Amino acid sequence: MLRVENIDVYYGAIHALKDFSLEVEEGEIVTLIGANGAGKSTSLKTISGLIRPKNGIITFNGHNITQTPAQEIVRMGLSQVPEGRRIFANLSVLENLEMGAYLRQDKRGIKQTLEKVFDRFPRLRERIHQQAGTLSGGEQQMLAIGRALMSQPKLLLLDEPSMGLAPILVKEIFSIIKEINEAGTTILLVEQNANMALSVAHRAYVLETGRIVSSGAAKELAESEQIKKAYLGG
Amino acid sequence: MKHKNILIGILLIALYLAVYAAIGTGLIAPYYQVNLYLMGINIIAAVSLNLIVGFTGQLALGHAGFMAVGAYVSAVLTLKLGQPFLPAILAGAVCAFVIGIIIGLPTLRLTGDYLAIATLGFGEIIRGLLVNIDYVGGAAGINGIPKLTNWTWLYLFTLLTVFSIKNFVNSTHGRACIAIRDNELAAETMGINTTYYKVLAFSIGAFFAGIAGALYAHYFFLIQPATFSFMKSFDALVMVVFGGLGSITGSIIAAMAVTFMNAALINFGSLRMIIYALLLVIIMVFRPQGLMGTKEFTLKHLFRVKEGGSS
Repeated sequence: MLRVENIDVYYGAIHALKDFSLEVEEGEIVTLIGANGAGKSTSLKTISGLIRPKNGIITFNGHNITQTPAQEIVRMGLSQVPEGRRIFANLSVLENLEMGAYLRQDKRGIKQTLEKVFDRFPRLRERIHQQAGTLSGGEQQMLAIGRALMSQPKLLLLDEPSMGLAPILVKEIFSIIKEINEAGTTILLVEQNANMALSVAHRAYVLETGRIVSSGAAKELAESEQIKKAYLGG
Repeated sequence: MKHKNILIGILLIALYLAVYAAIGTGLIAPYYQVNLYLMGINIIAAVSLNLIVGFTGQLALGHAGFMAVGAYVSAVLTLKLGQPFLPAILAGAVCAFVIGIIIGLPTLRLTGDYLAIATLGFGEIIRGLLVNIDYVGGAAGINGIPKLTNWTWLYLFTLLTVFSIKNFVNSTHGRACIAIRDNELAAETMGINTTYYKVLAFSIGAFFAGIAGALYAHYFFLIQPATFSFMKSFDALVMVVFGGLGSITGSIIAAMAVTFMNAALINFGSLRMIIYALLLVIIMVFRPQGLMGTKEFTLKHLFRVKEGGSS
């Protein structure tokens, strides 16, 4: 579904991603784990068209999207939940969700999706007219995920959904991620919380200072001594 | 909803007729008339700047530059080329719009302080150009522009500005602008073409600033490059911040209040600027979000106050 081939990304003189390759098959949850500053967020931003790679190719469902404008990539069914939630603080919950369906024209379809999102996140329904900036951290994360679902993505990119959340909420968010995947959305998940990420993902990549250092089935990686030592605190 | 619109319509027509009659019968002395016209022009400038700064979140300091474009283009058309008033105003506004696009495309890639400095530079470039073009009188400016701005034109264009921008803000396009203000990265991941909307808001704001400039030129019949200095951009920004970033009615009230304050303090001579500045400081200390914040003043507010006194 998504194929990233040998991309190099620079921030000025800084070489942020080096010969980075990754693949996501339809129906999977793939996770990209790594420490702070490894280039995890950079890779997601590059995939969704917010940053351009210097070389290499990104294809999505067979289309080359390496130079496609970000809004066209969203239209093709690839949607990102940015890091740190980034909801529209001055808009209401409903307005935030409506922004997620910004590129859709079918009013009835939007309403149906809205109902689905509310079914998945009942707490958002309770707070439908509340200003989004006044929601709790966990609710804001749910809103950010719900908002991304409003565009009915085929592939959902999640950037650190556990960031700054209490452990119990982290568990809840991850079980929701699993549910979303089971309902048919492919997921690429970037996480620092390697334990949680490996427990829900099918496959995983480990990123270290801009380079993929290992990859494989999530279960196997979770068992690997090296990974345990470096990321799982074991 | 329908009743409300009719009521607003009646109120607006009544206001127009009342002021029209007051000017006709000499009830409003010429000195106050000047301030009345300034009020209208300031409302147009402030509301259009609010679209850029308040709703789209782009700190632009070159509004006077766009007013200058509208003023000079329209004045050349009426005075030198003998064109009628309405096409001259619109031509001035369209020129400002086009220049808005040209300036916006490169500068709106910048954010915050950088954008402020770039747009500030643009305003000064316009002024510098005008000083050096002999056809428009250089530093002496254009004198003897026909005094074509009357109450009817002023009122019509003020209404046109307020309603156009209100409708824009409440449309999907406006939502996109507000989303960019709240969080540009998130807006981009929603599939909003952020460059397009920033440039659109910027050039629409420029369009109406051009109208404000054209009305100004044809009321005060003298325009000079110095008229449209940085201070004029700054005045408009003060009104926007004072009224509340993201509140159209706030900008209107602030434009009226600032104009009134300037007029009322004229007797204090050199103390005027000090008192004016002091008032602004006091207001910003006690209401940092501006008079209205991001809220709008509606008829409901008015009735609630009238009915109960307490809310």
